[in-house]
Amino acid sequence: MAEISIVPIEAPRGTLLSAALRSPSFVTGAIVTAIFVGVALLSFVWTPYDYAALDIPHKLRGLSGEHWFGTDQYGRDVFSQVIVGARTSIAVALIAVGLGVGIGTPLGLWAAAKRDTIFDELIMRANDLVFAFPALLIAILITSVAGPSATNAVIAIGIFNIPVFARLSRAAALSLWARDFILAARVAGKGRARISIEHILPNILNTLVVQITIQFSLGILAEAALAYVGLGAQPPTPSWGKMLADSQTLVGLAPHLAIIPGLCIVFTVLGLNLMGDGLRDIFDPRLQRSRQ
Amino acid sequence: MRLQGKANMRKSLILLALAGALLSTTAFAAPRTDLTIGIQLEPTNLDPTTGGAAAAIRTVTNLNVFNGLTRIDKDGAVQPDLATSWDISPDGLTYTFHLKTDVKFSDGTPFSADDVKWTLDRDRGADSKSAQKQLFAAIASVDVVDPATVKITLSQPQGDLPYNLGWGDAVIVSQKTAETNVTNPIGTGPYILGEWVKADHLTLVPNPNYAGTKPALDKVTFKFISDPTAASSAVQAGDVDVFSGFPAPELLEQFKSNPDFQVIVGSSQGETIVAMNNAHPPLDNVKVREAIAHAIDRKAIIDGAQFGYGTPIGSFYPPGDPAYVDLTDLSNYDPAKSKQMLADAGVTDLTLTFKVPPAAYARASAPIIQQELADVGVKVNVVNVEWADWIANVFQGAYDYDLTMVSHVEANDFAAFGKPGYYPNYKADALNKLVADLNATTDPAKQISIKQDIQKQLANDFAAIYVFELPNITVANKDVQGLWVNAPQPTTDLSAISWKE
Repeated sequence: MAEISIVPIEAPRGTLLSAALRSPSFVTGAIVTAIFVGVALLSFVWTPYDYAALDIPHKLRGLSGEHWFGTDQYGRDVFSQVIVGARTSIAVALIAVGLGVGIGTPLGLWAAAKRDTIFDELIMRANDLVFAFPALLIAILITSVAGPSATNAVIAIGIFNIPVFARLSRAAALSLWARDFILAARVAGKGRARISIEHILPNILNTLVVQITIQFSLGILAEAALAYVGLGAQPPTPSWGKMLADSQTLVGLAPHLAIIPGLCIVFTVLGLNLMGDGLRDIFDPRLQRSRQ
Repeated sequence: MRLQGKANMRKSLILLALAGALLSTTAFAAPRTDLTIGIQLEPTNLDPTTGGAAAAIRTVTNLNVFNGLTRIDKDGAVQPDLATSWDISPDGLTYTFHLKTDVKFSDGTPFSADDVKWTLDRDRGADSKSAQKQLFAAIASVDVVDPATVKITLSQPQGDLPYNLGWGDAVIVSQKTAETNVTNPIGTGPYILGEWVKADHLTLVPNPNYAGTKPALDKVTFKFISDPTAASSAVQAGDVDVFSGFPAPELLEQFKSNPDFQVIVGSSQGETIVAMNNAHPPLDNVKVREAIAHAIDRKAIIDGAQFGYGTPIGSFYPPGDPAYVDLTDLSNYDPAKSKQMLADAGVTDLTLTFKVPPAAYARASAPIIQQELADVGVKVNVVNVEWADWIANVFQGAYDYDLTMVSHVEANDFAAFGKPGYYPNYKADALNKLVADLNATTDPAKQISIKQDIQKQLANDFAAIYVFELPNITVANKDVQGLWVNAPQPTTDLSAISWKE
């Protein structure tokens, strides 16, 4: 978060796109992410097998033309589980980040607008309080109180996203409040709320977009971690973390059961991080200049 | 010069002697006398007479810390223990037990007939906290004849009395220490509690007041490892020498092919069942229970969850018993029939809560059961619970479940189904009548026929889904000898175990 510099001036559109296409990390990351999102969408209309259908006589088969990623200990098709699992991961992470942005950003903007007032203090100290707990601990706390389910995993991951976006928005907004064009807007008689929405928000968007991609990948990791300890999506809904947990004792017999969901997590997170890196480079003119 | 040579020579002689001493200790090293046994579940406490039904209490204490009047040996036969012999009156109503006279409790108090009377009176009394009160139900009175003789009078003949008194629940305790046995068990066995580090391990060390033959092992550690992966790694790394009730059947092949280990697969008395809460509608309807039983494929569970280790059962009875009848056809796998029966019973949109305790067989079977019931249109919510939660809310208390899965490891425990307030909430009038008939019978042939009727009764009432008999799987270091193959009772007979020389 710290390395993201805050630059209010938006580059013209055409340059942005061509800059993006010239950034190898953005392109690679975007392709990998697109594949996973595409596969997740595909799973709504087509999976090679019913992901929950048992076929115990054909359990623990390796990779083959019939079962591309083999079968698990209950003879269920691993490929079908992986692509439906992608859906779970992406949905949970997406909604959780959405919660974080949707609640955190307005809070941050409000805190910046009311700088050094009791509201600012209240919001930011509450954020510190949430931030003080390790994210996964909060998640485990919430899911063990409210019961394990995908919905509660979303809420848990969403809650620890709120302070991230609140702080980021506040920090970015504060530096803008000192700028001349904001002063001009104030002189023109615009209220603080209106300035926040019309002038501050558009200028911190690129910072937020970079953070969103990073939080999205963290969300996927968090979902996998929660599912691994049994607090995420409940069976039979497949989830990569759950698949990893179930494969534990079988690693010696059928290593593909652990390797495949593991690789899925690695590639998705890698893709998102590369994309985030690329975006940061593109949005940050100073980095661009230093590259040229 | 000469002097120095002498000094050198002396030095080398000493070295030689030292080396010799070292060599001889290695060459004639006595076999190891310590043993670490891995078990999946930690005992909730250490008092088998009041501490609840958890089998782990008996696994640790029976025959080691506590003894009963009789004991069940490795083949399931009754052997004398604190009683050296017993006489039965011709009418089968009076048992006279002759006790050992040189036995002391581990705190030094001598054991006598008074302890037997006090313990049995407490076990069968109105305030009894015994988990198996039915064992003592036929006893009308316990009388001390002299310090070495106890007379037990029955209200009706019960041929199984000596067997019942061999259960880990029927051990004899001293009145003086009965209250503190939960944490500091004082018994008559060869071992006493060394230390108990909760959630990790407990150790047993020799009882200084034990009069019998000193056991070969002088320190036994029970290590609690519930996670199947961790259990397997602990065995592989040699952190535990023996793992009894090994929870990862999928890994047995790998241990079988390794010459450093022995894999012992025996039978247990563990009927593994999917219990249905007979009090929760629509499970109170026997047709609905039968429909659900037809949806479950035993073979799928045995192959999928147990990797083939398990014998299908059709009633609440172990296949190894002479009275066993195969009733699996009554609840054969037939999803079409199951659907039809559910429709006939007017059951639609059925959602059941399946509380799954942490036992490996249950956790591994849950996805199969969930899917098989989904195939007949029954939605199952799988809820994984911890043992404490399971005992408090499923096995006892609110009976807050529709389905649950557990293995009942005690022998002849079918009578438990008829206990009022037993967790399946089974309407057991017919069963209780048969059990009463059984207890009143001394003719072995008639006993077998009644036991078969009992199996049929339980199977026809679909009191539960009887799935498989849990095998007794032990993985151990190849040099450990004396391990029981079968598990007629939850018991670890440490006196029989030793290391090969």
